Amino acid sequence: MSATTTSPGATRAYGPCWACVALAIALVSAVVASFAYLAVDWRQLFSGESMRLMARFVAEFFPPDLSPAFVAKAAWGALQTFAVAAVGTLLAVGAASILALPAAGRFGLAPRLAARLALNMLRSVPELVWAALMVLAAGLGPFAGTLALALHTTGVLGRLYAESLENLPAAPERSLREAGSGAVSAFAYAALPLVTAQGVAYALYRLEMNIRMAAVLGFVGAGGLGQMLYFHLSIFQQAQAATLLIAMFVLVFAVDSLSAAVRGRLVPAQG
Amino acid sequence: MSASLGSTAPLAAPLRDPAARGRLGALVAAIVVLWPLLVLAEFRPAALFETGHLQVMADFLRGFLPPSTAPDFLPLLAKATLETLAIATAGIALAFLVAAPLAVLACRALAVSRIGPGPGRRRSAALRAGTRALLTGLRAIPEVVWALIFVRALGLGPGAGVLALAVTYGGMLGKVYTEILESGDTRSARALLEAGSGRLGALFYALVPSTAQELASYTVYRWECAVRASVVMGFVGAGGLGQLMDQSMKMLNGGEASTILLTFLLLVVLADAASAVIRRVLA
Amino acid sequence: MSLSLDGAGLVHPNGHRALHHVSLSLASGARAAVVGPSGAGKTTLIRVLGTALRPTGGRVDVLGVDPWQVGTGALRALRARIGVVHQNPPIPPRLRVVTAVLAGRLGTWPTWKALASLLLPGDAAGAREALARLDLGDRVFDRCDRLSGGQLQRVGIARVLYQRPDLILADEPVSALDPTLADEAVGALVAASEANGATLIASLHAVDLALKWFPRLIGMKGGEVVFDRPTAAVTTAMLHELYATEGRTLPVQGVEAQASERGPNVLVLRRPGCQ
Repeated sequence: MSATTTSPGATRAYGPCWACVALAIALVSAVVASFAYLAVDWRQLFSGESMRLMARFVAEFFPPDLSPAFVAKAAWGALQTFAVAAVGTLLAVGAASILALPAAGRFGLAPRLAARLALNMLRSVPELVWAALMVLAAGLGPFAGTLALALHTTGVLGRLYAESLENLPAAPERSLREAGSGAVSAFAYAALPLVTAQGVAYALYRLEMNIRMAAVLGFVGAGGLGQMLYFHLSIFQQAQAATLLIAMFVLVFAVDSLSAAVRGRLVPAQG
Repeated sequence: MSASLGSTAPLAAPLRDPAARGRLGALVAAIVVLWPLLVLAEFRPAALFETGHLQVMADFLRGFLPPSTAPDFLPLLAKATLETLAIATAGIALAFLVAAPLAVLACRALAVSRIGPGPGRRRSAALRAGTRALLTGLRAIPEVVWALIFVRALGLGPGAGVLALAVTYGGMLGKVYTEILESGDTRSARALLEAGSGRLGALFYALVPSTAQELASYTVYRWECAVRASVVMGFVGAGGLGQLMDQSMKMLNGGEASTILLTFLLLVVLADAASAVIRRVLA
Repeated sequence: MSLSLDGAGLVHPNGHRALHHVSLSLASGARAAVVGPSGAGKTTLIRVLGTALRPTGGRVDVLGVDPWQVGTGALRALRARIGVVHQNPPIPPRLRVVTAVLAGRLGTWPTWKALASLLLPGDAAGAREALARLDLGDRVFDRCDRLSGGQLQRVGIARVLYQRPDLILADEPVSALDPTLADEAVGALVAASEANGATLIASLHAVDLALKWFPRLIGMKGGEVVFDRPTAAVTTAMLHELYATEGRTLPVQGVEAQASERGPNVLVLRRPGCQ
């Protein structure tokens, strides 16, 4: 008697993963709802007339305005953008280093919470929003951009620095304190050498990001290439805008390469 | 040299620190470079305390509290918030449509001609290199710049933001998708290709199953970034909370600006949380 | 009295009793070695004497001061007079040797001088002189992560030598050194103690070095002081009983230990090849 006995639940066929299906449906409906809500008239957007206008708009970007006078202006704008990013990042390194100490818990629990809260708030507000605020506080021009970058980057770097400090081994600093050293000296000789290389690498990485941001902050009046780009696009001078975009490209590439080179050589001794 | 005390062998004098010159030089160079940078950036802390600015800032900040809850403002706020979310979601969806095919094209693990190597490998290598260059190019210009251009070309409104996201985030997603796919189960994919499977077959039967979670996780993370970016793009006219805040600030309406800022912070926190939850569910 | 412990005990938070009713006292300028098996409490004793740990019972008096009854300023001044040689020197790897040695005087230097010295070492000659006593004079400007374990241990000793403290505490200072270097290093510590009139206490796992260099031996086992005698009065039997848990041979740093002709009570060390 060869009865193939099958226990009741053994050969249940594998059905589709219902959770995945539900998730997929939810995603698709979210996307569809978004497009519906925006009610962008895509047909009008991509109509013949509109496409012709777009094509003409794009065509006017070429050739870019390469007259020496304007290229000089673009170069000056690029230098100003670099200065804004560099000074802003530098200020942020200073402020972040100071805030990282309480945020790492070196002065107790309450200062730690307060410092972390401050850093989070600085980080959460995008640079452009800070720039708009700083234009009110300091007037139009690159200084507003510098401050905006400094504020936002302090939040970012401060948290990274605080985490580095919290992950340090305690033995070197403790042995110096036990030998009678003051708190500042012990920190400088035992904690700082362990975090400096990483801290500089973080700062350089942020500098790369800040170059891109500095270019953009000009849109709200913070000087540099961004302000020039906004201006020229507002009066539909695409050729000049193209030159400025090229300048942005070159600047970003140059800073990225420089930063990579410095980070590669970041092995000198501390102290 | 024995450690006999009392007799200190004559030491070679004088003792020069080999790193001294380098360090002093670096210090001098830093100062020399810093000065022109400060001038270029028009670094004038005194500007913060000029009466004109202080007055404007004081009025603005005074208007910060209380946050505006005017009945004609809140519906605008709600609409703008939903608009921002919609821009981010639609933008990411389009970006995905841009990135997915490009990632498949650029992925070395799906290259049939590499098996052997077979015919057409130089052309396919060039195609891959070109695709990667395209992906890099899409990423090169910040999305805000694209938004500005699209606003000029297509007019104010969320469409510009969606397209800008599609372009830049398409490049970002494409690059990371390529990397994730190439870190998946490439041996199984190769085996399928060797057995004559098409590239899409190898993709869906070998690479995607082993990397689906990571792909989805990164996409959700990018969506979270897109929410922030949508607000930023609004400042150049691409709709949403950003455009609303730009308008409020231009009218120096501190109350509305602070409400919008709070809403934005809340939105970011919620998006953060939603993203974390979804990613945990996926894992 | 230069330092004294009176019924000091220490119980760790996890309940382990590391010191049990330890009493000892040393005069200024005295030298003593603490010996005993692993886990005997030698390190804890050193740390209590170095004011790094506070005893949970009893009293401690270091250089005439009860460290746990004075204010922070006085405690800091007291610690600047104590030099501790650690078994594993807690030195950041990227630091240069010169700075690691100069850190010995951070207790007495003003902050500005300490910070300036990070950039440009203020007393490189002094650092080199301390290093020269340990055969490391030529490594002054090298990075610490380029040194071997034994060299790093000697840098730790050089730091204490540079500090010129009134009390030198050494916790297994030569564990990573070969016999010749270990002997030289302990000799340098003893010489520093003689030169400055500093009190010296060293915990050593190797018995031969203790017997050779120190006139007084403190044997510890299980957190208690088992004996506290002049070296001449310490017998082989006592040492064997002390190290009973570690086997039948006494731990030495590579020199041969032989019973002398004078009788089984006195341990005499003979270096291979020397007289």
